[in-house]
Amino acid sequence: MELNQFLILSAFIFAVGVYGVLARRNGVLVLMSVELMLNAVNLNLIAFSAFNQNINGQIFALFIIAVAAAEVGVGLAIILLIYRNLRSPDLDQVEQLKG
Amino acid sequence: MWGQQVVFWLLAIAMGAAAIGVVRSRDVVHSVLFLVVVLAGAAAQYILLAAEFVAWVQVLIYIGAVVVLFLFGVMLTRSPMGHDSNRLDNDQRWAAGVVALLIFGVLTALLVDAFGGQQINFGPELVAQGSPQAIGSDLFRTFIVPFEVVSMLLLAALVGAVVMARKD
Repeated sequence: MELNQFLILSAFIFAVGVYGVLARRNGVLVLMSVELMLNAVNLNLIAFSAFNQNINGQIFALFIIAVAAAEVGVGLAIILLIYRNLRSPDLDQVEQLKG
Repeated sequence: MWGQQVVFWLLAIAMGAAAIGVVRSRDVVHSVLFLVVVLAGAAAQYILLAAEFVAWVQVLIYIGAVVVLFLFGVMLTRSPMGHDSNRLDNDQRWAAGVVALLIFGVLTALLVDAFGGQQINFGPELVAQGSPQAIGSDLFRTFIVPFEVVSMLLLAALVGAVVMARKD
């Protein structure tokens, strides 16, 4: 199989994740789009690990999965705080620092 | 080789459609379910690339834990469910679409230019490389310090999440 078919699939999912981060208003959905982007990166790393016959890419993917789990935990706690303070999970309500 | 291609393209179409579903769906819970499809498709792609251990970690951590966290997030923030909710997107959809298309176009052009025509060699050594034995021995020999750092990071994230989400 070609290396590029995996890389282009991962580029597509990454671009969709970028769209989600930019276009979504709900905080939970923004975090889900971030997960899409992290998964695209993982697919890239695994594809290169197979291509170079080198195990390090898979280890990196494992680390990214662990860091992503930590990120979701803290991110959802932050969104919970935003919801508790503003009565809405919408990120464009967070504008107290706006001059 | 032919069977691999068929499986790859089936998974790729499902993953692409579900990824678009995640960012375009009108219902937050539907978005979470589409995310499950993308994550499971990614796990299947890992198996296709002979990375079986990472595939099962993906199923356990992502589909098992992270998706449940997202469902809790949806529940606790009372995100709008149902089809009347037009409030999930902000008003920069067009700009976001243009940016995403640009990123995809530039990345694809670069990848075709850099790696066009290069093949992945599937041999017995590639299958042995993805086994839990090989990963474990590499993780606990070469990468032992980063491994411990990640465990500290997880502990810090856990404590931080509890401290932030506590009511007082």
